[in-house]
Amino acid sequence: MLRRAGPFLRHFLLERNCSVGYSSYCSEAKMSRPVQARRLEGVDKNIWVEFVKLATTYSTVNLGQGFPDFPPPEFLKEAFSRAVSGEKHMLHQYTRAFGHPPLVKILAQLFGKLLGRDLDPMTNVMVTVGAYQALFCCFQAFIDEGDEVIIIEPFFDCYEPMVKMAGGTPVYIPLRPKAPKEGKLMSSADWQLDPAELASKFSEQTKAIVLNSPNNPLGKVFSRGELELIADLCVKHDALCISDEVYEWLVYDGKEHIRIASLPGMWDRTVIIGSAGKTFSVTGWKVGWTVGSNRLLQHLRTVHQNSVYHCATAAQDAVAEGFQRELEHYGKPDSYFVQLPRELQQKRDQLVQSLVAVGMKPIIPEGTYFLVADISEFKSEVPDVPNSDEPYDSRFAKWMVKNKGLAAIPLSAFYCEAHKGNYNSFIRFCFAKEDATLKAADDILQKWKLEKTAP
Amino acid sequence: MLFVSRSLCCRGIGTYQLQTNLLSRSIKLSASDTMAFRHKNTRRIEGLDSNVWVEFTKVAADPSIVNLGQGLPDICPPSYVKEELAKAAAVDRLNQYTRGFGHPSLVKALSQVYERVCGRKIDPLTDILVTVGGYGSLFSTIQALIEEGDEVIIIEPFYDCYEPMVKMAGAKPVFIPLRYKNGGNSASSADWVLDPAELASKFNLKTKAIILNTPHNPIGKVFTREELQIIADLCIKHDTLCISDEVYEWLVYKGNKHTKIATLPGMWERTITIGSAGKTYSVTGWKLGWSIGPQNLIKHLQVVHQNTLYTCPTPLQEALAQALWVDYKRMDDPDCYFYSLPRELESKRDRMAQLLQEVGLTPVIPEGGYFMIVDVSTLNVDLSDVDENQPYDYKFVRWMISSKKLSAIPLSAFCGPETKRQFEKYIRFCFIKVNLCPMKTQNQCSIKNCNRQLLHFCPQSELDDFRNKKSVWC
Repeated sequence: MLRRAGPFLRHFLLERNCSVGYSSYCSEAKMSRPVQARRLEGVDKNIWVEFVKLATTYSTVNLGQGFPDFPPPEFLKEAFSRAVSGEKHMLHQYTRAFGHPPLVKILAQLFGKLLGRDLDPMTNVMVTVGAYQALFCCFQAFIDEGDEVIIIEPFFDCYEPMVKMAGGTPVYIPLRPKAPKEGKLMSSADWQLDPAELASKFSEQTKAIVLNSPNNPLGKVFSRGELELIADLCVKHDALCISDEVYEWLVYDGKEHIRIASLPGMWDRTVIIGSAGKTFSVTGWKVGWTVGSNRLLQHLRTVHQNSVYHCATAAQDAVAEGFQRELEHYGKPDSYFVQLPRELQQKRDQLVQSLVAVGMKPIIPEGTYFLVADISEFKSEVPDVPNSDEPYDSRFAKWMVKNKGLAAIPLSAFYCEAHKGNYNSFIRFCFAKEDATLKAADDILQKWKLEKTAP
Repeated sequence: MLFVSRSLCCRGIGTYQLQTNLLSRSIKLSASDTMAFRHKNTRRIEGLDSNVWVEFTKVAADPSIVNLGQGLPDICPPSYVKEELAKAAAVDRLNQYTRGFGHPSLVKALSQVYERVCGRKIDPLTDILVTVGGYGSLFSTIQALIEEGDEVIIIEPFYDCYEPMVKMAGAKPVFIPLRYKNGGNSASSADWVLDPAELASKFNLKTKAIILNTPHNPIGKVFTREELQIIADLCIKHDTLCISDEVYEWLVYKGNKHTKIATLPGMWERTITIGSAGKTYSVTGWKLGWSIGPQNLIKHLQVVHQNTLYTCPTPLQEALAQALWVDYKRMDDPDCYFYSLPRELESKRDRMAQLLQEVGLTPVIPEGGYFMIVDVSTLNVDLSDVDENQPYDYKFVRWMISSKKLSAIPLSAFCGPETKRQFEKYIRFCFIKVNLCPMKTQNQCSIKNCNRQLLHFCPQSELDDFRNKKSVWC
């Protein structure tokens, strides 16, 4: 890097007849500082970069990163095809920066219905480049240096670096597992917040709490009572709630996804985040949105217009058509919002069976397409390394993908640095996969079990 | 009350606690309604909420208005580009996440094209980041490398987002204007130049970067090698970075050559070069761009990217990769879209200039890009009774939209506070429009309408002269 190439620089400057004394002083002053901004301190590591590379290199069955390996629904593919090759050639040009009009209109209609409230598409909805960018806008818009943000562990890993990049201080509170009922498998519902502990995390500096329900990675669907607990504290401490609800349609066993913004006192302090990628199985389209009061969304718009400004048009148009179709079929058996969770529940159960059969202990998720399993029975395969910097489950997951071809993500990826060792024998599987993929995973697991027990 | 009874059935929550919470919540609710709302914007976005586009694109969205304002092509993208997108979307796995820093086939294609252009090896995995448009590249670059205490030199007039992005990063923009150096009727963007001594005076210990935009929006200037050398010399002398916005790199007209500052000696290691699919292929709605530079700088942009939106849409990236391969293979062929598009646009440029000249205006003929600025003060439209505080060009454009049904963009939107007076007599037109062609019969002709609107500016005597001319309009 040029800034450390002092001798080279001086030589070059001499050649160009610049005043050596002055310019070398300039370069010395700058050379003592790193070239990158301080806001990047501590946010450079990213689990996905490493694990996605490992999966690409070694895996034969990838249950790691969260994306479906089955196709998106036909009606949506057709909508996209119409958008890109049809008459409307202006769909290849910029659309409205805060969201393509047909999309924000239908989102306002749908979420208005779900929240029991009249929503203005122009001020209560903003489209983003995936839910990821929606999260980024929230932190940049509301978190200043010195603000605290409560994050519930285990958490989707980007919350922590985004809070830090905004100069905020993450404050963690864990979901704690309670023992399941006798003879039953553990459920994500058995992982709970301690009310007193949660209350103790709120302070004068608390600007916001990040809620993710249904929760990635556990699959927990927060109950009304649990949401009320959080809502109470938000209201009491005048804190915001950043509500990541990307898996809102993926709830099982007749459970209900409750939107915290619909609780008393919460609409004015909540930003709801959603995702077309998760709703319609098109993670690669990167279409997301925020829904909330104009008082809050106006600041998200400011961040958005100074960072990416517009989102790609054609995918927004197709997603709008997809929602139009879903609104027409709402609640009916052929609604994608009914069919997808039904199919995924079966896949969940299939994976649960596979895991139980080989001795991994799954935590049954109430929602999302993730499942966390306890791999204690398999620990003998990967010896513990005392005083290792790397959490055990991370080493286990790497060994597993390299030696068994099965990719999964270590649970420690979803904890802050200080707590990575707390639950170090769990790994996360994604089951939004074709039956053939889950069968192949089962084959690997069965073979592995046989190898383990063979004399 | 239904709400209460449901709550009482919840698992894991003490009902006693809940009952007391319900009571205190109802008290707190009425209290919070009357409390001052403390959730205002963060300091980093203070004052950054207004934006010239938000105002003028809303106004010009009225279909009865001829929109020559926003830089939005109404020409069709090439058919093979659209076909590639349709093909990509039909492949199931291309509807799911791809590599965060850029879809593998796209970064490979970009590295090939730019290796050829730059004459140096470019590693697709470490020297390239794919972003959400050129805009996203600017943001990632500024967030990665600029912070509080830094100064960033911005050449005026400038693409308006540079200033708020620099401010959002906590840094101070330092402006230097391009100055018109020649007299005479026919102006070219080449006549707008930087004063070398003035430029040198803007560099100091705090100068972290200079933002260069060539070909330039809004003036259309294509910086010459000599002009770039002056900037490069200063960057090297002061160990400053160069953020080179080259989104219009292919749109250069006859007699001009686009030079990449990163190819000058000593500059590769300190330059981030930004490109755009939207401008390259007339697909602004794809919002794909890229940053190219040395690994030790790009790695920081990648960190920003992984903490802001993580990955860009897959099918669009795949389609762009395939389109780039088509044109990469014919980079020696004049039919390559990189060369055929500027040929097409040059005739539109000349047409627009002709129209403006024929109504007595003096456009600044751009050497590149698809914008043209024109001095409207010669029309002497009196707007002194309208809001004093607004610059003249803002008032003029709003008046032109409402009374002439024609939109453009006021040039003072592209200036810092000190130079607004210098530029407020100019407005910017966009000419990447379908009906700006000579000798064609049109049905719904945007420039025919434009002609009609422009005619209304002229005093009667000039109109009569004009009507007597035999020139073919559309």
